[in-house]
Amino acid sequence: MLKFSKINILITTLLSIIVIFFTISNFTEFEDEFVNKKINLGLDLQGGSYLLLKIDNDPVIIKELQNKAISLKNVLKENNISVLNIRVTDGKKILLSINKKDVDKLNQLFNDKNGIVNPYFDQFKSFQFEIANQEGNFEIFFSKYGLIQLKTSSLDQAIEIVRRRVDEVGTNEPNILKRGNDRILVELPGLDDPMRIKNLLGKTANLSFRFVTQTNEETFGSEELEFEDGSEVANVSKRIIVSGENLIDAQPRMDNQTNETVVTFDFDRVGAKRFGRATTKGIGKRLAIVLDGKVISAPVIQEAIVAGSGQISGDFTFQSATDLALLLRSGALPAPLEIIEERTVGPGLGQDSIKSGLSALLIGFILVITFMLIKYRVFGIIANATLILNLFFLVGILTLFEATLTLPGIAGIILTVGMAVDANVLIFERIKEEIKNEKNQIIAFDAGYNKSRNAVLDANITTLIAAIILFFLGSGPIKGFAVTLGIGIFTTLFSVYFIARLFTSIYVIRNKNKDQLI
Amino acid sequence: MIQNLNFNKYYKLFNIISVVLVILSIISILFKGLNYGVDFKGGTLIELRINDNQTTISNLRSAFNNMNLGDVAIKNFGNDNDYLIKFVKKDRDKNLIQNIKKDLQSSIGPVFEFRRVESVGPKVSAELLNKGLIAIAASLGAMLFYIWIRFEWQFSLGAIIALFHDVILTIGIFSLFNIEINLSIVAALLTIVGYSMNDTVVIFDRVRENLKKHISIKIFELTNISINETLSRTIITSATTLLALLSIFIFGGEILKGFSLAMILGVIFGTYSSIYIANPTLVYLKVSYKTVVKEEK
Repeated sequence: MLKFSKINILITTLLSIIVIFFTISNFTEFEDEFVNKKINLGLDLQGGSYLLLKIDNDPVIIKELQNKAISLKNVLKENNISVLNIRVTDGKKILLSINKKDVDKLNQLFNDKNGIVNPYFDQFKSFQFEIANQEGNFEIFFSKYGLIQLKTSSLDQAIEIVRRRVDEVGTNEPNILKRGNDRILVELPGLDDPMRIKNLLGKTANLSFRFVTQTNEETFGSEELEFEDGSEVANVSKRIIVSGENLIDAQPRMDNQTNETVVTFDFDRVGAKRFGRATTKGIGKRLAIVLDGKVISAPVIQEAIVAGSGQISGDFTFQSATDLALLLRSGALPAPLEIIEERTVGPGLGQDSIKSGLSALLIGFILVITFMLIKYRVFGIIANATLILNLFFLVGILTLFEATLTLPGIAGIILTVGMAVDANVLIFERIKEEIKNEKNQIIAFDAGYNKSRNAVLDANITTLIAAIILFFLGSGPIKGFAVTLGIGIFTTLFSVYFIARLFTSIYVIRNKNKDQLI
Repeated sequence: MIQNLNFNKYYKLFNIISVVLVILSIISILFKGLNYGVDFKGGTLIELRINDNQTTISNLRSAFNNMNLGDVAIKNFGNDNDYLIKFVKKDRDKNLIQNIKKDLQSSIGPVFEFRRVESVGPKVSAELLNKGLIAIAASLGAMLFYIWIRFEWQFSLGAIIALFHDVILTIGIFSLFNIEINLSIVAALLTIVGYSMNDTVVIFDRVRENLKKHISIKIFELTNISINETLSRTIITSATTLLALLSIFIFGGEILKGFSLAMILGVIFGTYSSIYIANPTLVYLKVSYKTVVKEEK
């Protein structure tokens, strides 16, 4: 075990130089992107906000079923199946009653893999809908895969809208990720008050322009909607003239005439046409501007608006007008989002955590190397030199992978310092035992390395197993701990078997004739 | 160092003490319960720093009690100016934090700073707890499996009993002294599992080696020899690990206190259990030369 080939030494030296370089690169600036790597600081160290959002898919499912019910009605009519009753229940099902004689026909329609009534997904080997039949009364609901497909597409849409909104606010390098099939993780480094983002993400931003009606004679029906400021309740038609989908731009402006903050908007061609037609016909009527089920304002139409742009007024501050314009520009979420987990760390605490983490590291390090020096003298120096290199390796590898360092991650580094000497201790103690029976120092050292190897590997693998499980089940800061602890095990084994052993062999071979080397 | 201590002389006594402690821990965990943090219980945590000398903890208490937040727990955190405020509010209002800031501003003035806010919904906290339990169970299972592959089942059983002992005692102490259990404590428990295993495995490795070397020596005597032979390593490694952990405990800041405390307890229990739980199990199971030779074939 004490012999080293030149190649071996060369590779070890080369690797050492590379990782030491990357450790140092944390403290310097380079032009080149590949070498200018830095460890990322976790949100708990640099400050920032972590938000976990859950998308509420129920409204999406109900809406899809309603659309399905309408299209189904038409398809059935084309196929001469008379519908006795069709409605969507809260239990996320369509209830459909038809004459018994048509049951077979309907079943045929629903089980046609090439038909349009019930799309068939080849990759899942499943229809979009499942159907349960009882004497002409059908229950139609999403199949497992139909539901997965629906949820995936609504999550994809939502994540896009969330990204647009967060980007518009212009925070520093936000991180937006999918979590499971109904969650979105938003990490906002450096943001110590996520209030504004929370407000922006909490709104669906469903905008619609609808007429205020006096009577219930509207064919589409009407609903009572409250004003945003709570001042009034208006009876608003359910017929949507134009919705937010037709907006191409929205900006906050100062209205020079009234000295009010307003939001101006532009429609696309379809929207402009519809808006023009409706305002031409509806002069004198009130037009309600409805956002997420609340009326922002309901001005009386003075003249036809055909230019495809307009403005919304409604007691805005400049901030709230800016936010409304932002929401309108970024588009509506397919479903409401709920914040189910929030963790925010202010920059002050982050700084303090870095300080206390580093001082604990420094003090722990000094304690351990002092202890080793007293206990092993020359070999203590070897073990300590190895430990220092080990730290460089650990930090260097974290930098190379641009890993995220968290406060528990720093604790993992300190723990690595405490546990890393174990491998050297196991070896040195074994050598001491071997020397009792073996006069030849070199043979004794060799035997010490060989016989302790099993114990060293077993001892490190058990810790590695714990680190791996933590990595897969932990989140955020804890993951950072698992990363440093796990990488620490590899760097420890490398530094012990390639570096400490090299130092040891040089020392032993030079002093082979002395007594009591260790 | 004298390496001929008769550890095994008292193993039955220590086994009884361990059994009693484990039972007491379980009783405390079942009846006194665990002090779960917001990670596992749900709710909101605010770390608050007060920047003047006039505001006292009772000012804060009355300010928070007027906010209609339910049961609010307020305590000092690390030093006189930092406070930790915890409450569980059922209806989740997304403007909650903003409203608290406003209310606090009007009651004690703009002399405070929110250093940390953590808010966890009931669904997420239930999931986190579940995940934590799975993680601990998975790590115990993985260790059992690993030792089973590397050694014989008798060793595996001894190691796993020792692990259960360490984990239960650590949780028991947290329960007894009402120390908060959060995600970082779960991380500490997993690391304890790893550490305790590491300590046990080193002695087991020596036991196995000695079983082959000294065929005639009985397991009772043999485990004692093995413990003695590895004793200085056990002490040195425990010492350096404890030095590192003490450094985290004292200098690493308030957030890492619970974590490092759990680890310190775990290292002490882990070292003890390797000697007095894992090895006696081999004696009880009458492990002999034959047990390990079978493995070689």
